[in-house]
Amino acid sequence: MDLQEYFSLVFSDYTLRTITLGTAILGAVTGMLGSFAVLRKQSLLGDAISHAALPGIAIAFLLSGAKDSNTLLLGALISGLIGTFWIRGIITKTHLKSDTALGLILSLFFGFGMLLLTFIQKQPNANQAGLDKYLFGQAATLVESDVWLMAIVTGICLFVLLLFWKEFKILLFDADYTKTLGFNTKFIDILITSFIVLAIVLGLQTVGVVLMSAMLLAPAAAARQWTNSLSVMILLAAFFGAFSGVFGTAISASQNNLSTGPVIVLVAAVFVAFSFIFSPSRGLLFKQIRFIKNRRDLELHKTLAFMHHIAETHEDISHPHTIKLLNNFQGFTRKTLQKLVEKDFVTLNGSMWSLTKTGFETAKNLYTKQTTEDE
Amino acid sequence: MNSAQIEIQLIASLVAIACAIPGTFLVLRKMAMISDAISHSILPGIVIGFFITHDLNSPLLIILAAITGIITVILVEYIQKTGLVKEDTAIGLVFPALFSIGVIMIAKNANDVHLDVDAVLLGELAFAPFDRLLISGVDVGPKSLWIIGVILLITVGLLLAFFKELKVSTFDKGLAASLGFSPAIIHYGLMSVSSITTVGAFDAVGAILVVALMIAPAATAYLLTTDLKKMLWLSIGFGVLSAISGYWFAHWLDASISGSITTMLGIIFLIVYLFAPSKGVIAVMYREKQQRKEVSLLTFLLHLKNHTEERERHVNHLREHINWQKVRAKNVLDLALKNNMIIIDKQIVSLTKKGDEFTSQAIDYIITNEDAQIEDMKDDFFLFRG
Repeated sequence: MDLQEYFSLVFSDYTLRTITLGTAILGAVTGMLGSFAVLRKQSLLGDAISHAALPGIAIAFLLSGAKDSNTLLLGALISGLIGTFWIRGIITKTHLKSDTALGLILSLFFGFGMLLLTFIQKQPNANQAGLDKYLFGQAATLVESDVWLMAIVTGICLFVLLLFWKEFKILLFDADYTKTLGFNTKFIDILITSFIVLAIVLGLQTVGVVLMSAMLLAPAAAARQWTNSLSVMILLAAFFGAFSGVFGTAISASQNNLSTGPVIVLVAAVFVAFSFIFSPSRGLLFKQIRFIKNRRDLELHKTLAFMHHIAETHEDISHPHTIKLLNNFQGFTRKTLQKLVEKDFVTLNGSMWSLTKTGFETAKNLYTKQTTEDE
Repeated sequence: MNSAQIEIQLIASLVAIACAIPGTFLVLRKMAMISDAISHSILPGIVIGFFITHDLNSPLLIILAAITGIITVILVEYIQKTGLVKEDTAIGLVFPALFSIGVIMIAKNANDVHLDVDAVLLGELAFAPFDRLLISGVDVGPKSLWIIGVILLITVGLLLAFFKELKVSTFDKGLAASLGFSPAIIHYGLMSVSSITTVGAFDAVGAILVVALMIAPAATAYLLTTDLKKMLWLSIGFGVLSAISGYWFAHWLDASISGSITTMLGIIFLIVYLFAPSKGVIAVMYREKQQRKEVSLLTFLLHLKNHTEERERHVNHLREHINWQKVRAKNVLDLALKNNMIIIDKQIVSLTKKGDEFTSQAIDYIITNEDAQIEDMKDDFFLFRG
């Protein structure tokens, strides 16, 4: 199946439609909530939470004995929340730093989860197969009810986001000020974190434990490059996330042997790379262009100032000098000379140059202007 | 115990030691998450190496994977330097992307590669003794044992050779640079050792356990001591302890050895986290509670010192004026009575001579912040222990 076929099938085929819709909604909600994680400098929290959710899935299965995805996700949610609050406990109560706390909880919970999974695999219960899909996710196992669950959770997220918009925003940018205004910062904080956990848990079935953190970060990091406004950033992140979901699903469906999760992550990574390079205000490309342009301007000014310096010693400012005179001066290049001619600061006559009246005036005011601006 | 069991425990212990040494420095340098990133992003390196060598234990594969690890670090640092995103976001972006490339490479070549993502993530210690190293036909032991042994030797050698440099650059980068050790070289040296250890160990214990073995013992040790040498020894001890106890736990449960070792690490950390003498949660909470009480006591004594009129010193007045709840007021009164700082006579509280002196001293301490006068108070009061 190639991409074209995929897009023609996506509206008619039940499985494809469900998966595409599921990954799109997932991308949107993780992008939305990921914006908060990125701005709150909690980017790696997502990684820790998604790993910490694993034992919850195993325990939920051990307790219920069934593979109902809602029960398993509830287990994942609880264990993710325990992990999150333990991380907080470690950071606030001991002198261990946040990176240690994250890595610790991540690896310990995941290891414990793996112990339980291998333990379950040895059990004579035939029902256990397929629990390991939560490691890397399998979008193909999505059914309509899963998509409904995602849609409902996304709706709740949106509602809460709009309801507490002002509080979320102010907490993001100035936590101390929020406290002095009398907001219950602890409550808002827990609310945001819980929703981040919820979004991560939702994605486990599709993208898996290992790659979930990228789903949270990548759309938000890409969106951050295009705007300085929180609302625009969240919208963009949701959009990027949804697109990565759809494109990732399309690519993985059109090839054999491609699991959806990694492809979605790679598509999101392409979005990030594109944004890093081509964003107009922050992007690396334009930054480099601006840098080169500034350097050229500076060299132009240097050459002009040097010429002015020479011209000053003569009574006639337009007295011609040889170009060779400029050779032992570093700012000079043939191009800058050409530019000066274009700007009508200098006239060239064979191998001789002379300053024009405007050129002399500009050069004279080149630095005086700046100093007056500085003062 | 048969020889395979001994070999497994030996390999696990060596891995634990080899991980604990770089792990201690990673935790101290606040770079713990880098080890997580490396452990994931070496996957494409391993896969490419495996395509070339078709042997998971080949040195070329280890070198290729270690190079991928260092590329990860460089990439993360490059993204951080552009200032486009915060540092932790850079880590979170790089390793899932590299890991995805690895997973896709495995999936696309699933037919001719006997390499399983699960195996890379989890490893299987139980099979380690079956892969023997044969030198001219003579069996000299399991391959993993030799690999991790060599890595451990190199790590210990580097540690002994550069201990001073590592120590200085970990705690004071500026000083290290001014003394002439390049912090960059030490940084990349440490990163290389971490990458090589991760790669060498992943085959035996899997990528996640490597992270656990690096971070958990060091973090546990850090809660117990602030001495670098002691911390190194303690983390090695915790690592080996959980490796061996984890093996037997897995044996009893018939489950993954690496998962079980991680669980043991978790249990040890939990115990230390709760009960560590001065930095454990219970100790910290007790100290905070005592400090709160002592601040109240001091406020109360100051109030008594400032007011001589009887009305202000009536027991009931405490609640009205200083606005304390009943319980707390009683607590504070009891504490003050126990220390002979006040006497209560007909519901009127007054300072004793000792209480008066104490209050003056405490005020002096708060104003001047000089320790000398209150040395003897430190034994009784947490507040003055700094």
